[in-house]
Amino acid sequence: MKGNLNDLQKQAQEKWEELEESSFTIRIGTPTCGRAAGSLDTLQAFQERIKKEGVEAHIIEVGCMGLCFAEPLVIIHNPDSGLPPILYGFITHEKVLRLVEGFILGDDPCLELALGTVEFKEDGTPYIPEMPRFEIEERLVLRNCGYIDPLDIGQYLARGGYLTLQKALKMTPEGIIREVEQARLRGRGGAGFDTARKWKACYQMERGPKYLICNADEGDPGAFMDRVVLESDPHSVIEGMVIAAHALGASQGFIYTRAEYPLVIERLKIALSQAREIGVIGEDILGSGVNFDIELVEGAGAFACGEETAMIASIEGRRGMPRPRPPHPTEYGLNGEPTVVDNVKTFALVTRILQQGGEWFSQIGSPNSTGTAVFALAGRVEQIGLVEVPMGTTLKEVIFEVGGGITNGRTFKAVQIGGPAGGCLPESALDLPVDYDSLKEVGAIMGSGGMVVLDENNCMVETARFFVDFLARECCGKCTMGRLGVKQMLLILEDFVKGEGTEEDLDMLEGLAHDVREGCLCNLGGSAANPVLTTLRYFRDEYEAHVTGKRCPALVCKELITYYILPEKCEKGCDHCVLTCPTEAIATDEKTRKKKILQDKCVKCGTCIDVCPPEYDAVIKVSPPDRVKELEGEAGG
Amino acid sequence: MAEKGYVEITIDGQTVQAQEGEKILWAALDAGIEIPHLCAIREAHPPLGTCRLCFVEVEGEGVVASCVEPVREGMVVHTDGERAKTLRRRAMELLLADHDLECKTCVKEGNCEFLQMAISMKVKKPKNLHPFPREELPVDDSHPLIIFDPNKCIRCGKCVWVCREKAELVPFDFVYKGYDMRLTTFLSRPLGETNCTGCGECVEVCPVAALYFRKA
Repeated sequence: MKGNLNDLQKQAQEKWEELEESSFTIRIGTPTCGRAAGSLDTLQAFQERIKKEGVEAHIIEVGCMGLCFAEPLVIIHNPDSGLPPILYGFITHEKVLRLVEGFILGDDPCLELALGTVEFKEDGTPYIPEMPRFEIEERLVLRNCGYIDPLDIGQYLARGGYLTLQKALKMTPEGIIREVEQARLRGRGGAGFDTARKWKACYQMERGPKYLICNADEGDPGAFMDRVVLESDPHSVIEGMVIAAHALGASQGFIYTRAEYPLVIERLKIALSQAREIGVIGEDILGSGVNFDIELVEGAGAFACGEETAMIASIEGRRGMPRPRPPHPTEYGLNGEPTVVDNVKTFALVTRILQQGGEWFSQIGSPNSTGTAVFALAGRVEQIGLVEVPMGTTLKEVIFEVGGGITNGRTFKAVQIGGPAGGCLPESALDLPVDYDSLKEVGAIMGSGGMVVLDENNCMVETARFFVDFLARECCGKCTMGRLGVKQMLLILEDFVKGEGTEEDLDMLEGLAHDVREGCLCNLGGSAANPVLTTLRYFRDEYEAHVTGKRCPALVCKELITYYILPEKCEKGCDHCVLTCPTEAIATDEKTRKKKILQDKCVKCGTCIDVCPPEYDAVIKVSPPDRVKELEGEAGG
Repeated sequence: MAEKGYVEITIDGQTVQAQEGEKILWAALDAGIEIPHLCAIREAHPPLGTCRLCFVEVEGEGVVASCVEPVREGMVVHTDGERAKTLRRRAMELLLADHDLECKTCVKEGNCEFLQMAISMKVKKPKNLHPFPREELPVDDSHPLIIFDPNKCIRCGKCVWVCREKAELVPFDFVYKGYDMRLTTFLSRPLGETNCTGCGECVEVCPVAALYFRKA
């Protein structure tokens, strides 16, 4: 089977064309995000219905299109209808019958369930013209995601897959590095290091064997970019890795991912074995004489292993802790040999750069941050999901146009960008172009692409505490600043959210954050200061409210709020709050039937607010807690 | 110019010759210039870099850990830069805040490298830091020669390194993450049940009383 890629490609293309032009296809997104929304039930419902009705249709499991808010997603193409493929959203299993009866057995395309039609750009990238977000998006990494079957290498081949590798294998290593240099590609792992510079350093090392590692140890809360890419289009990453291996002279590659990504592991195993079968990895790749194989390594989920020197230690079988540099891994990496570690998306982009040329790539994005950025947009936005935009797109465009704005018509407060060790940026930063340098200037980082949107109901002190808590738990513990400095920051923040901090603690926190940033052994620890420093920089008034006013302006911190029932709004006959209160903390006035919270019994669970009928809306939160006494006094006890 | 294989650098105004690739810390110590340090082992490559006490300032580069940064021809190093001093102080304060400072009853009383380092740095246990939630752990006296008191450990990692690299045994390593990271034996067995031969390399390097010889 090896060595005749062109034949395989031709066959794959014929099969694809037949599928696209004359077959009835039902594409169902079954990546982890889709599954969480119930797409496996949708899949099963389609399979059963189709079988029962005896319809000839291809059901294809695809990856994620990035429209996570509308999962489960289904794309149906009925060539006889004369319509382009149609994308349907929110297709839980109970809606399957409607689609089968409407569009598969009948000729009603069920437009009430449709999100739009699937059209294709010149380079074959699918987009939905009805969704304005696709006007802003530019999908280089996500090109195939959600449209091709990740388990079928043929579909990847049919869309030009591995032809770039074939071309690159005929180039010299210097030639490949030159293209990447011309593209001005910066690593997508977060720090944005010049990829060509890293490759050159490794290439110039005159010893070996050399190793190549794909960093797929994605662990940021709320981030899922790498998972989606590997679940939806694993071959684009594998192809990029083989190209890189040829450029570096690496003979062995590793994809390091977390054991908590079982579907990534399952799909990668299949993709790797298919790639081996057609000879694009293994010995004498496509007859070029290049040998390179890829091994899958499952990490145990330690966040610190995302740091490259810790990852190398982990692959070597040692405890996953970063080590100081120099020497850099390009010089002294896995087993002491020259090693390059790059992110999943970097490899996917390498494939595109070699396909279309470095010059082409360098024209996309902003001058110092070329290409596109992939974000996992999460938090309080209407349309959460995966977003790929040219670098330099503003935060406002990403959040309000691609993401559809803040949920429930609330007000934007901050965006937490760059993962737990990123920064929280305020409204004034919304016009900021998203690229490595602009973000660094305002104290945040690009990170690997997490973007969590916060609204008026989020407390920034609590947000800082949450992220520092995560980092204090996940830091490896090796160095004094990481183990004790980050923990000390957490202890102070824990006091703040309880209203127990002092002005002196506030200064201590700020000083510590600067010292941790500069004094940690690794960048991962150093960046643990970012959530503190950015919230202090942009939301200092909230810290002061907690420390001096002992109140939480966003009414979030439990110890600083009290629940109160507004007597003028409380409807006499309704007992919703009384019946659901788990601690019997709500008393009813014998005469008026109005309710009152017994503060000494209240555990501040918030159930009464949730159950109070919206037409009364009588329960409120107040801060500081003492405020309730004033209110009770005003109301006449 | 320095002779072949050597470079010339300036530390606190003093011209110092050092072997190419040597770390700033050792170049300084060889020249009689003190830089605080607790975790440094000259033969360890790459260095441990855990204690964060050896910060210095390099002109044009800023603050660096001197046990990690190699010397380069013409480098100008200041050990007394304000930022470096602040960071060193902070690291020492954090270590002291997390340490069992019952020095009077400690076996290392009078010859504790850690305490001496703190005194020479003029750093006292800070009063404005929040107390760390230290957990009292049992002292392991199962070994005929060596006693292991995890409560005194400052996590410098020297014992792990010497045990692996010099004694070629691996009874020790760190477990858990973050603040909870601590030294333990293989499978947390009593030290007396591990393959520890009692060679004493670890006791030799321990800067505190976490590992010490049983009194005869």
